[in-house]
Amino acid sequence: MHYIFDFSWIWDYGPVILKGLFVTVELTLVGAVAGVSLGILCAWIRTLGPEMLRPPVAAYVELIRNTPFMIQLFFIFFGLPSVGVQLSELQAANLAMIINLGAYSCEIIRAGIEATPKGQFEAGAALALRPLQTFRLVILVPALQRIWPALSSQIVIVMLGSAVVSQIAAEDVTFAANFIQSRTFRAFEAYMLSTAIYLLFAIALRQLLNQLGRWIFPKVAAR
Amino acid sequence: MSDFTTWDILRNLLLATRWTLVLSLISFLGGGILGLAILFLRIGKSPVGRYFARGYVELLQGTPLLMQLFLAFFGLGLFGIDVPAWLAAGAALICWTAAFLVEIWRGCVESIPKGQWEAGQSLALNHVQQMRLIILPQALRIAIPPTAGFSVQVIKGTALTSIIGFVELSKAGTIVTNATFQPFVVYGFVALIYFAVCFPLSKFSKHLERRAAAAYATR
Repeated sequence: MHYIFDFSWIWDYGPVILKGLFVTVELTLVGAVAGVSLGILCAWIRTLGPEMLRPPVAAYVELIRNTPFMIQLFFIFFGLPSVGVQLSELQAANLAMIINLGAYSCEIIRAGIEATPKGQFEAGAALALRPLQTFRLVILVPALQRIWPALSSQIVIVMLGSAVVSQIAAEDVTFAANFIQSRTFRAFEAYMLSTAIYLLFAIALRQLLNQLGRWIFPKVAAR
Repeated sequence: MSDFTTWDILRNLLLATRWTLVLSLISFLGGGILGLAILFLRIGKSPVGRYFARGYVELLQGTPLLMQLFLAFFGLGLFGIDVPAWLAAGAALICWTAAFLVEIWRGCVESIPKGQWEAGQSLALNHVQQMRLIILPQALRIAIPPTAGFSVQVIKGTALTSIIGFVELSKAGTIVTNATFQPFVVYGFVALIYFAVCFPLSKFSKHLERRAAAAYATR
């Protein structure tokens, strides 16, 4: 093996890489916040919500969990325009990530809700809370607390999965690496750099989510 | 220009599905073997081995599969080999699968009560014998449902190999789209085919899980 590594291009492409990192971070943040919100809504429907809505939500969750993220993304970006829904690459990437995480987090959060002792529901009823109030004030937070580690892992998995959005020309970290390798022909170095960026971001994100969990659910730390 | 009927689209996609299935099977079996080897390092006595196994899992679970595919594709090329897409795809997927299986199986091994190891020790079995005769047979039973569940992730993971040019279901979807200009129909079919393969596996894994849980509850 006679290969000389060459990272001298790195200074010329700093802005491209930073822009890519910014897009990946933005996609992750929007995807995480909106995706988990969607997941909470779907989990509520599947456990306590109106019976009528349960089958369609179950179908949505199963459909998303059993198809690749890339195909969901392609369907949204390439397929939807033919029925009149035209999205920019960033909008399509955001939407795909929200829909994807929504389905996975629904299953995770549902497990948390189902593990709630029955007495909690009865306690809510005994305090004359309406079902929705019981859910919001009594059930939801301990349920989220229970499944926070699993939810954190899923958010990191979705972030790593976002590398695929470069395939619809959303300008994320992977897109930057593709761009650099097409200009410099230093493919291996470019992907090594982008891999390192993802690894560091994954570690940072996991730390952040741990801290966030400690901040949202302070009682766990005290116990 | 030839016209594509719906049946033509579906037939082409189904033919390509074979390669998705073959690649999934190779990745799953290869990943299982590699994963078992790394599992032994991960729970073994040597600190160097444990350190290596932890680093391996951290690295492969902390980076996108797509990056691993790119690095395998361009990295193997550095050795002067002309890398066909299937080789890079297989190598990367095997390594990726192994990293996840190690963690799944480690959880199973660690869930076996410590007394079982000690019982083996008191029978004068050495570490490998304890592992082979006492721990693994028990851990294996716990491991089956999550392992079956993970096979769904592997199948979905193979979709990414289309990006480095391996022709399987997703790549066929792109090719057929380019020929027919019907992305809505084509990607809809592609999704349904993936679903038809993955959904029964997911259900099967859930079923095994429920059966195992019931077995524990009645004990």
